[in-house]
Amino acid sequence: MLAYLIRRLGQAALVMAVMATIVFFGLYTVGNPIDLLINPEDDLAAQEAAMRRLGLDQPIWVQFGHFVGGIFEGDLGTSFVHNRPALELILSRLPATLELVFFAMLLAVLIGVPLGMIAGLRPDAPSSKAIMAASILGFSIPNFWQGLMLIMLFAVYWGILPAGGRGDTVDVLGIPVSFLTWDGLKHLFLPALNLAIFKMSLVIRLARAGTAEVALQDYVKYARARGLSPSRVIGVHVLKNILIPVVTVLGLETGNAIAFAVVTETVFAWPGIGKLLIDSINLLDRPVVVAYLMLTVFMFVMINFLVDIGYSLLDPRVRIQARGR
Amino acid sequence: MKQPSTAALALLLGAVAAQPALSQDLTAGFASEPSSIDPLYHNLGPNNATRKHMFEALVDEDANLAIIPGLAESWETSEDGLTWTFNLREGVTFHDGSPFTARDFLYTACRIPNVPNSPSSMAGFIKSAETITAPDEMTVQVTTAAPYPLLLTDFASFGIVSASANGHDGPVTYEAEGCPGIDSYLDSSAYNDGSAAIGTGPYKFVEFIPGERIVLARNDAYWGDAPYWETITIRPITNDGARVAALLAGDVDVIEKPPVQDLDRLREDPDINVVQGPSSRMIYLHFDHEGEPTPGIEGTDGVNPLKDVRVRRAISLAIDRPLIVDRIMGGLAVPARQMVPDFMRGTDPDIPLETADPEAARQLLAEAGYPDGFSLVIGSPNDRYINDAKIAQAVAQMLTRVGIETEIDAVTASVFFSRRNNYEFSVYLAGWGASGAGMASPLRALVASQNRDKGLGGTNRGRYSNPELDAVIEEALATVDPEAHDALLRQASRIVVDDVAILPLHFEVTPWALQAGLTLTPRADQHTVLTSVRPE
Repeated sequence: MLAYLIRRLGQAALVMAVMATIVFFGLYTVGNPIDLLINPEDDLAAQEAAMRRLGLDQPIWVQFGHFVGGIFEGDLGTSFVHNRPALELILSRLPATLELVFFAMLLAVLIGVPLGMIAGLRPDAPSSKAIMAASILGFSIPNFWQGLMLIMLFAVYWGILPAGGRGDTVDVLGIPVSFLTWDGLKHLFLPALNLAIFKMSLVIRLARAGTAEVALQDYVKYARARGLSPSRVIGVHVLKNILIPVVTVLGLETGNAIAFAVVTETVFAWPGIGKLLIDSINLLDRPVVVAYLMLTVFMFVMINFLVDIGYSLLDPRVRIQARGR
Repeated sequence: MKQPSTAALALLLGAVAAQPALSQDLTAGFASEPSSIDPLYHNLGPNNATRKHMFEALVDEDANLAIIPGLAESWETSEDGLTWTFNLREGVTFHDGSPFTARDFLYTACRIPNVPNSPSSMAGFIKSAETITAPDEMTVQVTTAAPYPLLLTDFASFGIVSASANGHDGPVTYEAEGCPGIDSYLDSSAYNDGSAAIGTGPYKFVEFIPGERIVLARNDAYWGDAPYWETITIRPITNDGARVAALLAGDVDVIEKPPVQDLDRLREDPDINVVQGPSSRMIYLHFDHEGEPTPGIEGTDGVNPLKDVRVRRAISLAIDRPLIVDRIMGGLAVPARQMVPDFMRGTDPDIPLETADPEAARQLLAEAGYPDGFSLVIGSPNDRYINDAKIAQAVAQMLTRVGIETEIDAVTASVFFSRRNNYEFSVYLAGWGASGAGMASPLRALVASQNRDKGLGGTNRGRYSNPELDAVIEEALATVDPEAHDALLRQASRIVVDDVAILPLHFEVTPWALQAGLTLTPRADQHTVLTSVRPE
């Protein structure tokens, strides 16, 4: 297991290095950050002074050298705009995004799995057809438009939920979280729902397909024949066996949602890392963008790793294979 | 059960009615967020607008950017125009209760060039000052090497910080090369966490959570008119649709920059009040006055036709500015011919607006040797100014109508400005928000010849150079007497218009949207200053 982890980390380091290089040079060709940072009233001398201060007057390969050198000292650069270490800036926004994503995933699983199982157990019932139709809708609606519609319905017409922003937070172990306050939950619900609808549709389809298949298996028939209660048959024997594909997909989707909750965070003015990324790209705040993408790669690799561990917990066969190696 | 008596009911209703209709807390949705609370860190619109709530300048600018007393009650200049004496306002205290004195201004001047890692420093605002001294606690004296009429505008542009809150006790001596006795200056993070965010303004810092909110509380000891709101919360909501939704949902009381396409609907909504006011932001076309051949023009055998004033005049005559204002800006603009709107310093009232005349434009082009016109690419940002790319499109159609086949190269602002500063456009569309200096602001930045040492032509990316104009601008910038200064500005403005050095299209009108029953005073600099929000 340890060798496996080390190999995984090695892969991650390689991908991160490639990513950082591409992003660094890519952003360099887009434009010069100084043109956006300085006040247009500044005269030429002031513009040049600002470029010197930020090191932007150096040739690109010297800047890249500084950047690579910094990485080995654990420094991903300092934000041009905020004058804070890029990594620190991203980590300060991370709790808000994690909270949003985990809440969304919770909604997706808690609603998606039961609905999918209902649809899988009785594929021809009208309720099942309605669930599947709704899931297709959930897939197809653009996230952005869906967010605005949720705001229009819940916030503007009914006025029961706030239109955006993060609510009151309380510190848990020094990290501000908002799901422990009523106001925070109210603010969290709409963006989480917006993020969850797509994942929920995905989970419904996976759960339905899995259930339809598993329900016909011999061990399910045998469990029924043994006289086990239907709730135990479905809740234990069926549920456990459909979870593997659900966990795989959810793992990847979680990574996706953390890294690219951009649309939801923008529409709901949620102060997470996605919004930071967009703002930083618009201002060509190169250190933040590079650090962000490196962090994203790292996170995906780690999530894949955790998904693999999740398999072995859910499926004894995977565990035995691993031991046998 | 006993029916409540009518008297009791009336009393009850009366009590309800007596409650203020609106709470004392104001929440605003801003389109962009300041990068710091530190008033001296980043000289950029959102920072300067936020600064005005907490930190005040030596002199202030009213809604039309005319200079009014601020922390200095009065001032005078010496005969030779080289010495300025400011008499500070008595009885002003900082948010921590300590008195405001000349020492704090000196400390602020010391810190300006030394803010760690400032992306756009305020140093330009004090560089004309040769010495800054405090003859006594309540007087600041400034000398300049040469007469400099824009000192007041410069001093109106930065907020004054407290020397003590920055960890400096005792007297301060200002020296341009570095103030003796001050070894280091606080990082902007000390302002962002509030520990140094001590100003004299109407609102005190409460908290700043980047990306989430800025909370301010009323300063009960404020020297001026008592601030109206108990607390002010500023929320950055960068997405246009989300900002409008937050207003419609009642989450926020006021938003800046409501999207133009939503304005008609907002105006019809009885729960919303739309307020608008003219701004000093000019949308203009700048020409490549130097490149030969110039990158975006074909069909002229390598000649740059824009160097010919007849071609520039033809382009100006071809453009129907009122039509752009009416059809594309939805009335949210004022047609322009000079570089600042007429309520500001230095405009010549005798220069009329131009009436579009495509026939005359064609004739001028023929006279200049281009009877069949040529082809042109106009560069424009597509997300920086109100309807920027659409305006460029309209201009392209109008130019094509007179024979100049025009295409648009519209890109996002981050790409546009880099390419513009690389001189990649023959004609580009951009905007200029003039400071309180009035005509002097675009004169020295946009049309004066590029000159590093004199600090001129900083945004003259058309590389226009006219020695006659330069002489007038330099004379104006050395004339302290307001009337003589303004007369020179008018003279310069005439030269710019006659030579079509630059082509002003219109001035933006800035809209704000508020909950019904609230209003605010629009500012010409487009800053959202929430202290002016009041019940109607």
